[in-house]
Amino acid sequence: MDFIGNTAADNKAMQRDLGLASEEELLKDIPPDKIIRQLLALPAAASELEVKRRVQELADRNVSVSDHACFLGAGAYDHYIPSTVPVIARRGEFYTAYTPYQPEISQGTLQSIFEYQTIMCNLTGLDVANASLYDGATALYEAAHLACAHTQRNTVLLASTVHPEYRQVLRTYMQNSALIIKEISFREGIIDLADLKSQLNDQVAAVVVQQPNFFGCLENVQQMGKLAHANGSLFITSIYPISLGILQRPGEYGADIVTGEGQSLGLPVSFGGPYLGIFACRREFRRKMPGRIVGESIDNQGQRAYVLTLQTREQHIRREKATSNICSNESLCALSACVYLSSMGTAGLRNVATASLEGAHYLAGSIANLPGWKISFKAPFFNEFVATVPGNIDELNSKLLKNKIIGGLSLAKFYPELKNSVLFCVTEKRTKTEIDTLVSILKEAL
Amino acid sequence: MEKVIFEYHSQPAAYVPVTKLAVANKYIPAEFLGSVELDLPQASEQDVIRHFTALSKLNFSVDSGFYPLGSCTMKYNPKVNEAVADFDGLAGAHPYAPEESVQGALELLYELEIFLKEVSGFQGLTLQPAAGAHGESTGILLIKAYHRHKQPAQKRTIILVPDTAHGTNPATAALAGYQVRQVQSDNQGNIDLAELKKNLNANVAALMLTNPNTLGLFERNILAVSRLVHENGALLYGDGANFNALLGLVKPAELGFDVMHFNLHKTFSAPHGGGGPGAGAVGCSKELTPFLPVPRVRKNREIFTLDYQPKNSIGKIRSFYGNFLTAVRAYAYFLALGAEGIAKVGRQAILNANYLRQRLEKIYHVPYSRTCMHEFVLTPQPDWAVNTLDIAKRIIDYGFHPPTIYFPLIVHEAMMIEPTETETKETMDTFAAALVKIAQEAAQKPEILKRAPQTSPVGRIDEAQANRQLILKYEKRVSG
Repeated sequence: MDFIGNTAADNKAMQRDLGLASEEELLKDIPPDKIIRQLLALPAAASELEVKRRVQELADRNVSVSDHACFLGAGAYDHYIPSTVPVIARRGEFYTAYTPYQPEISQGTLQSIFEYQTIMCNLTGLDVANASLYDGATALYEAAHLACAHTQRNTVLLASTVHPEYRQVLRTYMQNSALIIKEISFREGIIDLADLKSQLNDQVAAVVVQQPNFFGCLENVQQMGKLAHANGSLFITSIYPISLGILQRPGEYGADIVTGEGQSLGLPVSFGGPYLGIFACRREFRRKMPGRIVGESIDNQGQRAYVLTLQTREQHIRREKATSNICSNESLCALSACVYLSSMGTAGLRNVATASLEGAHYLAGSIANLPGWKISFKAPFFNEFVATVPGNIDELNSKLLKNKIIGGLSLAKFYPELKNSVLFCVTEKRTKTEIDTLVSILKEAL
Repeated sequence: MEKVIFEYHSQPAAYVPVTKLAVANKYIPAEFLGSVELDLPQASEQDVIRHFTALSKLNFSVDSGFYPLGSCTMKYNPKVNEAVADFDGLAGAHPYAPEESVQGALELLYELEIFLKEVSGFQGLTLQPAAGAHGESTGILLIKAYHRHKQPAQKRTIILVPDTAHGTNPATAALAGYQVRQVQSDNQGNIDLAELKKNLNANVAALMLTNPNTLGLFERNILAVSRLVHENGALLYGDGANFNALLGLVKPAELGFDVMHFNLHKTFSAPHGGGGPGAGAVGCSKELTPFLPVPRVRKNREIFTLDYQPKNSIGKIRSFYGNFLTAVRAYAYFLALGAEGIAKVGRQAILNANYLRQRLEKIYHVPYSRTCMHEFVLTPQPDWAVNTLDIAKRIIDYGFHPPTIYFPLIVHEAMMIEPTETETKETMDTFAAALVKIAQEAAQKPEILKRAPQTSPVGRIDEAQANRQLILKYEKRVSG
């Protein structure tokens, strides 16, 4: 099945109009021996029914959060998605449009992004937000890069409690721009302030932390922000937007740039993507922000209208002098987040956050009572926490899977020193019964 | 115009059970808790749906009409792609679930890699980049790693970019720490071989080339270009934004490209989403494969695994494994078209573009009048008292999306038109007829074009005003 609309007769008519004896005449610029003459080694063409059957077969070989109780988070969260979100995101008017280069016929995309930017400012307590970036990890890199360019310093102090993959992404890109990353060590699940202090110097462009951190623990962001600013460094935090239903907004604890993974705002876990890179900052950095930004203006009738703005930062104008090479954003994901938060409202988001918090603490309390188990850190936490396990985590997780439960993440891969530790996550979707079932299996298993 | 979501004041619906406020204080010290009420929209479900439905109606999209935006390949987005991307076993797969519980997802990625390697001729491939520009930066980092390993002592610090290149090319090279040198095109729109020779030296790491280029022209000297680049010890990077022209027709690796990114949202029918999400897979030669980002998807005796071990890898470039559901859509596209369908794509895209070019070239000025590939560039006739922007805006009144305008930069007042293979002769005839009428208007009643568009939800927008007085978020305004 192909999606070519022309009939053979149409094609013949077009060739005739072009005065072609054969279609091959159109290929005369191509070296003839490079033209593919036989069928490629690909599957045979298939009908829609056959395509669905094959993909369903693959989908059926995956465990899904839709029919399993998921206690796995670590950067991808199984929150409830209101029915409004897919209904809007599946409108062809939104998903089959391109970047809004022609604003007169793209006001739908432009206004929804403008609303998304506003919501992100309100959520983070910062002045400006962009139209989104690829994901939480690349957004964090863009923030670090901006900080180095702004301060003319070359070092970033990176909390070792930031998501390990985000740190790896930062390292990949910073190395190639001759910038230096130094990691700050942790104690009791949160950053060691003494280590942070000892590493601050006049080359530090930014202090980068995650709140809540990868272990779910709450960092002393107030103090860290003060230390960073006293050193003339920027303070960058990577956030979990759901937590802002109850936690202090980054703008209030002194963050200069806020990035984060927006997947929790109405996007399915999707085996890792597409996700949503949140990027917000203080007003003074707005001309250095990466990515698309939508601004409000007026049309020639004086009506309110929206348009891509500050484009002189961007690659298609500035080329090698651009602030970043980013062209695409994650517009449709930003739309989903916008519909999610518009549906939830302030009280709804608070409910999601509070229920997640309560569920996680209920689970942690139950695990603490299991023989041989221990909650690893004393620091306050949001909806994720680390537990020390008296046994083999992989075997445990296999057993849980047989009971339709997706267990927590073994930390051995990312933190060898925490090799007997597992990171659990609880969202508002987990019922008391599911949590009790998990605990009873943990108890039996080990 | 539709009001802003913050201008609604109705009762939101309940999506999750109500919890008690005091719970937060019980578990978290007050210093960590928010002290101000968040200012999120407060709208009923009916208002939310009506609001976003109203916004959707202000958009032009591929589903609503012909969208010949050059270099963006706005082909039809098959609905089966969307249907399968919604499957619970794909949308609901957690990226950190145990490997044995996500074998279907890993197999899909593994197979899509094979398909993309087959149509391109590359030996190695990663699906992780989230967009075309992200793929470019990945490709450039592969090139950097390759040179560093091959000749640690030699400093190759320059990347050459033709003057027809997309803006992302020089931006990517500069951000990866390279100096960018521009190479001029010749009067046929191809890269000027003498200019290329002059610029090649021991400090050049790579040439970034788009083929067909942004004029829609096949690089006639491609084999000579790749020979010159390689003889210099440099590599040839391919910007795959225009790969639709070559799909099923030519394998870029056989033209001498060492590494290239694919836009799954252009060539492989994943939708553009209003500017994303996309996906920018990167294919490369055997020599560059050891440097690909981790994890790599492996297959051993019917078991699929993620391999984080390759020691020469450039590392991770995004969290998890890229835009998986975009890959799912591209996979469904490959399955539907199969070998027979893929064989038609590039050829049909070229036939359609040449047909439309031929219909318009007597009426508009064609700066490079030769057989084009999947797209072509027009400009207004010099004696018309209108510019390209006016023509683009008038096209809106005839019910079409305008072409890409003012790009490529080497053509003054450029309009770049790409019909894609999915459009019919009938649609192109209607579009051509509209462009003929617009040309008559441009010559006789240019003021009509200056006032355009008249039929769109809003009129021409003051972009300068938006830049001067930056309003980047909604703030409640004092009424009266």
